[in-house]
Amino acid sequence: MNSVERNKKYNQYVESKKPNTKNFPTLIYAYLVGGFICMIGQGIQDLLMKIFPAMTLEVASAWMLIILIFIASFLTGIGLYDRIGEFAGGGSIVPITGFSNSITSSAMEFKKEGIIFGLCVKMFSVAGPVIVNGLAISVVVGLIYLFL
Amino acid sequence: MSKRLGSQTIVFQNSPKIIGNYTIVGQKEGNSNFKNYFDYILKNDLFGEKTYESAERKMLEHAILNAIDRAGLKTQDMDLLICGDLLNQIISSSFAAREFDVTYLGLYGACSTMAESLAVGSSFIDGGYFSKIACATCSHFSSAERQYRFPLELGNQRPPVSQWTVTGAGCTILSDSGSDKEIVNATFGKVTDFGITDVNNMGAAMAPAAMSTLIKHFEDTKTSPDDYDLILTGDLGKLGSEILMDLMENKGYKLKDNYNDCGQMIFNCNQKTYQGGSGCGCSAVILNSYVMQKMDEGVYKKVLFAATGALLSTLSSQQGNTIPGICHAVEIRRK
Repeated sequence: MNSVERNKKYNQYVESKKPNTKNFPTLIYAYLVGGFICMIGQGIQDLLMKIFPAMTLEVASAWMLIILIFIASFLTGIGLYDRIGEFAGGGSIVPITGFSNSITSSAMEFKKEGIIFGLCVKMFSVAGPVIVNGLAISVVVGLIYLFL
Repeated sequence: MSKRLGSQTIVFQNSPKIIGNYTIVGQKEGNSNFKNYFDYILKNDLFGEKTYESAERKMLEHAILNAIDRAGLKTQDMDLLICGDLLNQIISSSFAAREFDVTYLGLYGACSTMAESLAVGSSFIDGGYFSKIACATCSHFSSAERQYRFPLELGNQRPPVSQWTVTGAGCTILSDSGSDKEIVNATFGKVTDFGITDVNNMGAAMAPAAMSTLIKHFEDTKTSPDDYDLILTGDLGKLGSEILMDLMENKGYKLKDNYNDCGQMIFNCNQKTYQGGSGCGCSAVILNSYVMQKMDEGVYKKVLFAATGALLSTLSSQQGNTIPGICHAVEIRRK
């Protein structure tokens, strides 16, 4: 048996033997926590518009996002967000709070290598792809919008 | 009698004796199944240092110093220091060695380093070149995590096949005389790659290497798995050891109750480590604590210690390369 065949067979065997992430209850946890984060966001927005009646919806949602980002960043700083993430998975990664966590955690981790080459350079080591793809797609969408 | 058996096994005629051991572990390991066997349990994983890399280095220094002390020796009595670790350019080992005025050899065999250092050290003693050698390795969860994976505070989920890098350092002092525990032979492994690319599934990547070295050892020494009181692989984890047992059975060697794996045994099931422990420190702390104490008590008389390592880097895996594995084995006997 040649090595290509042997490796293929071995990979198939490992694939059949390895445990996979269970869809249940992982999906339920993600749904609950993700939903809860969104509910907090909605609550903040409603509260802002109640306190400041002159505030428009756009301005209120911008403030809501800023507050959510701060909360997630703070929870990361005191070492709580990774525990939420361990439980919720996608539920706490997908909302904007997950984005905040990915930047704060990288900044904290690489601070020891200095402000410039550590913190500033490596701050986006996890969130980088999100920013690059977000920018690229926004250009594509903008162009489509321009010609429509 | 020839000093070499078969193609990969060397036999020691002046068997090196194990005269001292010391282990130091982190907090999580301090709550594991072997908490009563470890010599020192850290109260804080930073060990009073500013960075995890410095903490890892300090753990290694601590282990080496205390192991030398346990052996009833002083640093100036030592002829050679053989160390290895997981960090790039094995900085923990070399930086720790800076603190000792002893000749130093740095090894890299990933998580197989403990067995590799014992095999290399034993060869020097058997050859009569040196008489007192310290063999040590270490790993730290937090420094390994940031080198190989993600920032510690990132809220991601670990996959079910993953293992937990052990925070710990272990040191063995080898000597030409002075103990009834001795290393009788060593089998050096070949790099084995069965095409696994999943960096989280180290057990599956290393199991073929363990199989290759164990079979070679049994063939070369004309023994079978039943001849040993304990066959201990390094850090294959739960999944990896099940794979190894299947692979061995296919080749006609059945591993029974006398087989175990350091990665599989170290953590208990409530510690959420999925497949168990990994890292250089994993096999080092189990060998230098539990196994040595059980040998002293006479529970084990003949132990085959086969530490396994995955020889990948973050670069190689990001470039899509498969993960090569290695396994070195030493046979330890008590007279």
